[in-house]
Amino acid sequence: MATDTATRTTDDASFEADVLKNGKVTLVDFWAPWCGPCKAIAPVLEEIARDHSDKLDVVKLNTDENPQVTGRLGITSIPTMHVYKDGEIVKTIVGAMPKPKLLRELEPFIN
Amino acid sequence: MSSATDTQEVRDVIIIGSGPAGYTAAVYAARANLRPVVFEGAVTAGGALMNTTEVENFPGFKDGIMGPDLMEQMRAQAERFGAELITDDVTSVSLDGEIKSVVDGEGRTWRARSVILAMGSAYRELGLPDEKRLSGHGVSWCATCDGFFFRDQDIAVVGGGDSAVEEATFLTKFARSVTIIHRRDELRASKIMAERALTNDKIRFAWNSEVVGIHGGDKLTSVTLRDTVTGAESDLPVSGLFIAIGHDPRNELVRGVVDLDPEGYVLVQGRSTLTNIPGVFACGDLVDHTYRQAITAAGSGCAAALDAERFLAAHEQAGMPAPDAALIAP
Repeated sequence: MATDTATRTTDDASFEADVLKNGKVTLVDFWAPWCGPCKAIAPVLEEIARDHSDKLDVVKLNTDENPQVTGRLGITSIPTMHVYKDGEIVKTIVGAMPKPKLLRELEPFIN
Repeated sequence: MSSATDTQEVRDVIIIGSGPAGYTAAVYAARANLRPVVFEGAVTAGGALMNTTEVENFPGFKDGIMGPDLMEQMRAQAERFGAELITDDVTSVSLDGEIKSVVDGEGRTWRARSVILAMGSAYRELGLPDEKRLSGHGVSWCATCDGFFFRDQDIAVVGGGDSAVEEATFLTKFARSVTIIHRRDELRASKIMAERALTNDKIRFAWNSEVVGIHGGDKLTSVTLRDTVTGAESDLPVSGLFIAIGHDPRNELVRGVVDLDPEGYVLVQGRSTLTNIPGVFACGDLVDHTYRQAITAAGSGCAAALDAERFLAAHEQAGMPAPDAALIAP
């Protein structure tokens, strides 16, 4: 397990600052500790965060600990990934997928 | 053949898949000094048990064990004996001839003298137009992942087998009510599971019913049921729909390459794991439409490793590292 992570953590309190008011395109990963597919995709998101840090911020929100944002956004499946640009959701990705497929989904934001 | 392929080391065995079948094959192959390479899958590592909760019927765990914990143990056991675990998918295979090759998600080619297929099975979809659109907005395939989001809501599970009943029972921890929608008038699930569901106050049943419509704008609001006997349609308001109508063998990689039965399962010879291609073996849910249990998958994974080991011993050639003959059972 790497101690240095390229992804950051956000929560109910800091969501606005971390995501909505972030000047950079931001991918939010909604996850929870009990969710197998969330664990499976975590290393992929870590790699994407590291490889594309110039274009994209990747932040993780634990849905278990942050019911406000989770409820407001109507998250009912995890992992769900939202891509935000200028405070707006511009892309929603539901479910774990292999890295090449996820990269294709994120293509417009990292190239 | 590309030059990159030509420079690759030729392994003894490649295992594709990492459920109970794949990891058990890896444990046996590794202990036989075959140095297996296991393609675990980029996001499917651990297989179907990663999405289950308590496994109560795997021998050796008298108090039960969580599905993901069981898989972590199998994985660690394979690794302990030297299996090389690759957390990536296989995107194509070439299985004919003495040296087989597989290409991974990053485009790298791996070569081996034998291949064990253990890709398991994938969730079957209803095939309705709004199923994908509302996926993540009320439609789900993973009760353990998503159940939490349906606290005090009325939801439904489609299916009548063990996984449907297990999911419904699990979901009653959160939901106000769970309706099991099933095409027949009795459950296919094992007696103990069915009994639990039938006596659970929160579980209701829509017998002889199939889902023919899924409705909602941003979020699932209801499903249309059709009575399989009378044909009458009715509306069931639900905010969550968990689909557990069974699995299909994940045969995409080998369709048109190895022989399949009419339902798409890989055909094996008799009680063995031999496919129609020499040096290619298949095990687990990919071949089994009858038992489909963690323990039967593990058993067939063991058989596949032993079959591969015998195959390699029989085809041992000069200049190639031989598997340790002393380890081969009579």
